[in-house]
Amino acid sequence: MIRFLFTRVALTIPTFVALTFLTFMAIRLVPGDPVEVRTGEHGITPERLAMFRHQLGLDQPVWKQFLDYVWHLLHGDFGTSLSTSGNVLTEFLTLFPATVELSFVAMLLAIVCGLPMGVFAAVKRGSWYDQLLMGISVTGYSMPIFWWGLLLIMLVAERWHLAPVAGRIDLIRYDYDPVTGFMLVDSLLSDQKGAFLDALHHLMLPAFVLGTIPLAVIARMTRSSMLEVLSEDYVRTARAKGLSPLRVVGLHALRNALIPVVTVIGLMTGTLLAGAVLTETIFSWPGVGHWLIESISRRDYPALQGGIILISTVVILVNLAVDFVYGIINPRIRHGR
Amino acid sequence: MVADVASVRTDLVSATAPPSSVNAFWHAFRENKGAVVGAALAIAIAIVAILADVVAPHSPLEQFRDAIKAPPAWMEGGSRQFVLGTDGLGRDMLSRLIYGARVSLFIGLAVMTISFGLGVVLGLAAAFNSVVDVLVTRVMDLIMSVPDLVLAILAVAILGPSLVNTIIAVTIVFLPRYVRLVRASALGELDKDYVTAARVAGVGALRLAFMTVLPNCLGPLIVQATLGVSDAILEAAALGFLGLGAQPPTPEWGSMLADSREFIRSQPWIVTFPGLAILVTAVAINLAGDGLRDALDPKMRRS
Repeated sequence: MIRFLFTRVALTIPTFVALTFLTFMAIRLVPGDPVEVRTGEHGITPERLAMFRHQLGLDQPVWKQFLDYVWHLLHGDFGTSLSTSGNVLTEFLTLFPATVELSFVAMLLAIVCGLPMGVFAAVKRGSWYDQLLMGISVTGYSMPIFWWGLLLIMLVAERWHLAPVAGRIDLIRYDYDPVTGFMLVDSLLSDQKGAFLDALHHLMLPAFVLGTIPLAVIARMTRSSMLEVLSEDYVRTARAKGLSPLRVVGLHALRNALIPVVTVIGLMTGTLLAGAVLTETIFSWPGVGHWLIESISRRDYPALQGGIILISTVVILVNLAVDFVYGIINPRIRHGR
Repeated sequence: MVADVASVRTDLVSATAPPSSVNAFWHAFRENKGAVVGAALAIAIAIVAILADVVAPHSPLEQFRDAIKAPPAWMEGGSRQFVLGTDGLGRDMLSRLIYGARVSLFIGLAVMTISFGLGVVLGLAAAFNSVVDVLVTRVMDLIMSVPDLVLAILAVAILGPSLVNTIIAVTIVFLPRYVRLVRASALGELDKDYVTAARVAGVGALRLAFMTVLPNCLGPLIVQATLGVSDAILEAAALGFLGLGAQPPTPEWGSMLADSREFIRSQPWIVTFPGLAILVTAVAINLAGDGLRDALDPKMRRS
């Protein structure tokens, strides 16, 4: 097991190095001089330009710049944002909880709805219910979520006034300092009446939008995994023993059907973060996805570069964790090639 | 008794003439009604896209200054002239959607063709050569470690937003799926007797890869390619929505949505139709792809 852990961790190191190198090179290829971006359209004297270039280390050869960048990364320094002059890592960490909160609730919603849907569809295979659910599922994963979000804002928020249009909480009514960055937790800690419900109210619609595709995938995956397990011998044995159908499905079948589903859930982090970029843009949700898009339109390359490396790091680490968990559950993977 | 003999005889006749593989495939595909509907719908959309010049009532770019933000025909104030209404610049919505189908399908098919071709070459090379394998697998893992949309955004940020660059960016994002699929299927085939037999017979490496092994990996690849078209359309639309896709005035569904955001409150149809077009197209292709998978290989599952 320790050897398995070690190999998996060792394998991610070249990925990290290559990732850093590629983002670094990619950003250098972007048209537009970062110095000119910072100083604006008006020309500056050659001396000041040289000074700025020296300050930013741009007068060094590219390989030196790269090594410098890596050296700084290893010390937790992801550079300075061109638009806010703030530390990129600090900005990322300030905004990240909002994204985590949104993604977490979206995933929770997807699991809580998707699992029972899939199990029920498998048990009632071929029924109108099964067909309806699979129809919903194919619609779900074909969904352009940026449109889905706009549509729900139009109906739920604008027409029926059931949810707020944007933001994380009503800032006029509730005011408190962030402690954890997670609005649901902070609102509870603040002791302000109604703050938690208001935060939940704001979170509801974006989380549902972001959770749509995972929900569809989980429902489908659970159904097919369940169908496979239900035809296994041990399920037939359990039935033959005279166990109640609920016990057979819920205990014997579901437990085994869940293994691939759990893996898929874990590996959906990337999908979720990509979806968060769109969802946050639509709902003006102050998370890292929204920030990344803003960095592009502002041509804020240090922020973009740091942001991409940090987001990818999160994905790599979560996938690593999923591998570990899977290796623990399923010894065949661990001892495999 | 006579009837029995007759039925046995027809059985024998049909047994001597096995159904052709195309027939067998069609028979299995037809079982799934959703797939047939999806395929028919996808073909219909493709025909409309090809015939856009004939079918569309107006030019997608012509601005009718006296009919800006006209509602669809069935709503109050709507007219037959603009069946689905007009957008914020007075352009006919239906015509823009029809031409948009052309843009989206072109992107989807282009991405699929390029990543299919590259995927086959890289995947086979990886399966046959261990040095290439390490390199290709590492690079693909790297691509997959960046969330797909984020990577596409990065690529477009470097290349600049345009239709061609959208295709390049989305191809980069989806390439690993094809490469990994080809590599895995090819590795699965390499141990089989027929490959050994071909090797013993002295078949050259290229011929072995493309003529012997590849045809046996095609099933899952065709399914992936079909589903890949809808994924590419969705991804390109997302880029368009973020303003990083085909640039105006190209009638691209995603960018049409981005332009429509200000009309959420006042003219909801401008927001509704482009998204509906994306959804219907994606559903049609996905239904057809699911049917293909069930028909070609019942054991395969979408992961």
